[in-house]
Amino acid sequence: MPEAMLRLERLRKKFGALVVTDDLTLDVRPNELHAVIGPNGAGKTTLINQISGLVSPDAGSIVFAGRDITTLPMHTRAGLGVARTFQVSSILPGFSALENVALAVQARSGSSFRVLGRAAAEPALNAPAMAALADVGLAERALTPAGQLSHGEKRALELAIALAMEPKLLLLDEPMAGTGRDETTRLVRMLDRLKGRFAVVLVEHDMTAVFALADRISVLIYGRIIATGAPAEVRADQRVVAAYLGDEME
Amino acid sequence: MPPTLSLATSRAPKSAPTTRRRLEALPVGIFLAFAALPAAAPFAGGEHLLTLGSRVMIFAIAAVALDLLVGYGALISFGHAAFIGLGAYAVGILAAHGIGDALISLPAALAASALYAFLTGIVCLRTKGVYFIMITLAFGQMAFFTASSLAPYGGDDGLTIAARSTFAGFALLKNERAFYYVVFVALLGTYLFCRALVGSRFGRVLRGAKENPVRMAAMGFDVYRFQLATYVIAGMLGGLSGFLLANASEFVSPAYMSWQRSGELIVMVLLGGLGSLNGAIIGSAAFLLTEEWLSGFTEDWKVIFGPVLVLVVLFARGGLIGVIAELRRRFGRA
Repeated sequence: MPEAMLRLERLRKKFGALVVTDDLTLDVRPNELHAVIGPNGAGKTTLINQISGLVSPDAGSIVFAGRDITTLPMHTRAGLGVARTFQVSSILPGFSALENVALAVQARSGSSFRVLGRAAAEPALNAPAMAALADVGLAERALTPAGQLSHGEKRALELAIALAMEPKLLLLDEPMAGTGRDETTRLVRMLDRLKGRFAVVLVEHDMTAVFALADRISVLIYGRIIATGAPAEVRADQRVVAAYLGDEME
Repeated sequence: MPPTLSLATSRAPKSAPTTRRRLEALPVGIFLAFAALPAAAPFAGGEHLLTLGSRVMIFAIAAVALDLLVGYGALISFGHAAFIGLGAYAVGILAAHGIGDALISLPAALAASALYAFLTGIVCLRTKGVYFIMITLAFGQMAFFTASSLAPYGGDDGLTIAARSTFAGFALLKNERAFYYVVFVALLGTYLFCRALVGSRFGRVLRGAKENPVRMAAMGFDVYRFQLATYVIAGMLGGLSGFLLANASEFVSPAYMSWQRSGELIVMVLLGGLGSLNGAIIGSAAFLLTEEWLSGFTEDWKVIFGPVLVLVVLFARGGLIGVIAELRRRFGRA
């Protein structure tokens, strides 16, 4: 087995008396798409927040590409190659779609402490940004203010921002939430195409999408992982069916 | 503007829409008006017109700097007058010790403001929103009371400066007209620098942090460092304004850094229109000219000015610059 891209070890997080991450250990392999499923309130988003650095764990460690990142701030982790999307799309609404992505390119290319020269006219930023937009099918919307994009387009834009960061690990927090059937199909096809370029942790309620995309699936219930394995194994796991999949699948 | 189809073929467009390169009529008009004002002086007001013009431009420098913080960074500083005071006191204190040359007092004014901005910024920028307003106010008041207690330098009463700063020995600022143009160049330089900054890589990070700081952190930006650098830049420009103000009035007083003064600067920026830089200049002109005009009628001019301000905030959300844009849309070619 190759060395893990991401390793969570005995991670714990409490909000008051509520244990949201309970002694959680998980490996994500390089270039695998690892889905995390579980009922509402299982602690999936909190898990993503801890990996990306938005929330710090109470105990345990997060090792990314061989480096302990448990105490690093969010922006440093992003610089190392941890990109994420949010459950509620998080974009810069007043910027054009292109500028949203160009900023992500800017973050990893050269100093941003330059006060002269128009950033919006830098081909070195705009060209990779356009490529990322084209990758998610948003090329024609490049100059539209991000705030005016449709819900599905905002989803795609967040993905383009993440791609432009050239991540080693991409954290997707319910990318299909609130999207229509057509959008979901489009997103699944897009993720299927992107998959294999980097490791992905996918939190998602849409089981069709999860079973279509995932290399491995972990099932999270009350902050604990009750099963991890290939989709077929997880589907057959009696504990998983009893605790979660039973009502989700049928 | 409809996106062209060529974009679809993943060719990067030459320019993005948020900032335009073409020469804009408004700032050109503003600076032409300032440049031409001395020519009008012999016919209207004479020396007094020049003094008033200088004063407007001096405050415009501080207001443009404040707009950088408030309008582009969403950092509502309620202590910006402290920097004006620091710059002014650098001139006054050095002059009291016989050092009256700008080659020393100007760098001193800028360095003092930069240091103060850096040290207070480290603390202030850890807070957000209302807390940031309160803590900048608190630091401003600290500077105010420190200045008031500087007994050797006049304390409450302030400090008269014997003569305007010289430039490498030349009494350049002595002539009212020359002084006016020095201030003009300072404002023009401030404006052009801030203009470039806003559209630069740096400025884009600053604007991004105003829109969505979490997204910026998730992209890999340490927003705090950019905000701190902006705070120092804005502070130094405030110090420049203070350097000029001390020379304009040949007097330095703690009142320069009172919280009322900080409030007036915010009013100037709001009145003119946030986040355009042009607005800050127009706002300070409108504020100081209204003050000049109304105070000719009554000592209680603020009783009239207050409601006017309320009306502007209520009905002209974009400030005067919003009104100008609206008028141009209705009556002229855009």
